[in-house]
Amino acid sequence: MPEVTLVEAARLAALQEMRADPRIWVLGEDVARGGLFGQYRGFLSEFGAQRIVSTPISESTIMGAGLGAALVGTRPIIEMRIFDFAMCAMDELINQIAKIRYMFGGQAKPALVVRMPHGIWRNSAAQHSQTLEGWFAHVPGLVVCVPSTPADTAGLLVQAIRSDDPVLFFDPKNLFPLKGEVAERIAPIPFGVARTAREGSDLTIVTWSAIVPAVEDAAGMLAARGISAEVLDLRTLWPWDEAAVMASAARTRRLLVVHEAVTAGGFGAEILARATEALGPGALRAVGRLGQPRVPVPFAPPLEDALKPDAAKVVAAAEALMAR
Amino acid sequence: MTGGGDNRARLLALYGTMCRIRAFEETALAAHKAGEIPGPLHVSIGQEAVAAGTCLNLRRDDRITSNHRGHGHAIAKGAGIQGMMEELFGRAGGHCRGKGGSMHIADFSVGMLGANGVVAGGIPIAVGAAQGLRLLGSDAIVACFFGDGAINRGPFLEGLNWAALYTLPVLFVCEDNGVAAFTRAESVTAGPGIAARAEALGVPATSVDGNDAAAVDQAAARLVAEIRGGAGPRLLHARTYRLMGHTSTDPAAWRDAAEVAAAHEEEPLARLRARLLEEGVPDKALGALEGDAQAEMQEARARALAAPWPDPAIAWDDVQDAGAVTETA
Repeated sequence: MPEVTLVEAARLAALQEMRADPRIWVLGEDVARGGLFGQYRGFLSEFGAQRIVSTPISESTIMGAGLGAALVGTRPIIEMRIFDFAMCAMDELINQIAKIRYMFGGQAKPALVVRMPHGIWRNSAAQHSQTLEGWFAHVPGLVVCVPSTPADTAGLLVQAIRSDDPVLFFDPKNLFPLKGEVAERIAPIPFGVARTAREGSDLTIVTWSAIVPAVEDAAGMLAARGISAEVLDLRTLWPWDEAAVMASAARTRRLLVVHEAVTAGGFGAEILARATEALGPGALRAVGRLGQPRVPVPFAPPLEDALKPDAAKVVAAAEALMAR
Repeated sequence: MTGGGDNRARLLALYGTMCRIRAFEETALAAHKAGEIPGPLHVSIGQEAVAAGTCLNLRRDDRITSNHRGHGHAIAKGAGIQGMMEELFGRAGGHCRGKGGSMHIADFSVGMLGANGVVAGGIPIAVGAAQGLRLLGSDAIVACFFGDGAINRGPFLEGLNWAALYTLPVLFVCEDNGVAAFTRAESVTAGPGIAARAEALGVPATSVDGNDAAAVDQAAARLVAEIRGGAGPRLLHARTYRLMGHTSTDPAAWRDAAEVAAAHEEEPLARLRARLLEEGVPDKALGALEGDAQAEMQEARARALAAPWPDPAIAWDDVQDAGAVTETA
């Protein structure tokens, strides 16, 4: 299997699907030039200007036009450039895309993918660094993908493009250079199936997206200290693999959720609440969450580093759980 | 338009559609007042000529998007009346199975891509539908209905620029009833007006008396021909008047009584009726159209009232495939 970067894995996945289905097209700013990150490099020459459409900086209409095009039977990939810009298209995403199948009694399924590279990246400050994926898991009608490896990015993107549901695809932009093996023929990865990144017996760490490599590093550091951490990469936040999380937590009896998003009101809270409901209040010896404090992401490197979860913070959080 | 006979037939077709819209709205208002229809209801009484005149020029495979005051657009595009009435009543036989109601009527079988509860919400959808249709090799066009309030929202600027940029087959129809909810449009809209705004965005605009059904029809016919010929988007600015309040429970008492009385003098059904009489159509024939429309809507109301409610179990359906929640507790 060839080893490619995560962003190249995403490019190959979209390329494979667009070659197979002429109804698939891409719209977004600068996509005909290859996209901000090169995720559509070469698409214009292969697919032409009707299928790789560079648009004005009109986020509402990028999002809403994607919906309209889906309603007449095409399968758009809506590229939002940077996740934070999707804030300009919340009516189209939340009031329209997420509702339309239900509100119209099933007359239409808007088969579309919204790609939104998210997360802390190169000291980009508060309007280019957010991780708000938990918001969208809260909205009925949406699928939320949060991959962290090249293979998972490729497989989930294939699944997203083939899905009849609207799928929000959070590209982990800080991991775009990360290398990994991707099959020549990319198979879809089903939604709602976690990946066991590392097996362990002392505690379960549930995580996703750009923070996963830091959690894996932390698990290695914990092993050196005699603590066996199991790491589950959820890969999709809705649907999420509740069965895998519960099975692991029931075994280790310690559950830590690590996400780059703000801790308060984050999806980690949902996971711990469900664990309490499903396993009973006495089933777990210790639970915890690690995320960002409820503070906007700052610019200066020492400030950003102070707030961002990293391997050392994961180790400290895990050790605190083991002490209980 | 060719000979006088053809013209008369066309005017009669317009009148028939307008009578059906008026009768539907009056019936819905009465049913709402009687407590038969839950939720908010926005009727389009006084604006029927815009819907009828525009949609008379559309094919079945053309698409429309609509707004919160959208019953007339749906009827003019050919949406099934019983499905519409039952949707208003929240019944299982509604076009949306009772999940949408008045503000979310859609009938995809006739190209009606949905009313919309958000002002200007249909504009991006319409331009995208046009772009998608082109990609699929279709020569169908999209008509996008919105009110004067929508031109102050961002999607108006974005969507018209977009449609002009990609030369998309979209007819933007601005129903200018002069009032955005409870606020006079002129008091919140700067600049030289709707048509000028469209022109500034590269979309040629035509203004008409939107209470003159024949004028709307003729303007729409020309614009639709241009759009279908590949000329790109056009905007039809139709001046009209909302004879009722914003919602069925709003008396719009802030309006001057003389203004409303004058507006009734100019209302589109009376005007078209007078014109048809001048053209020699017998009063009896017009009365028959009016009576048929009333009877159709009364029957739809009675059937809707007797129609079954949706099974509560369907509240869980059609959310999404992946990750659908199925428990009923």
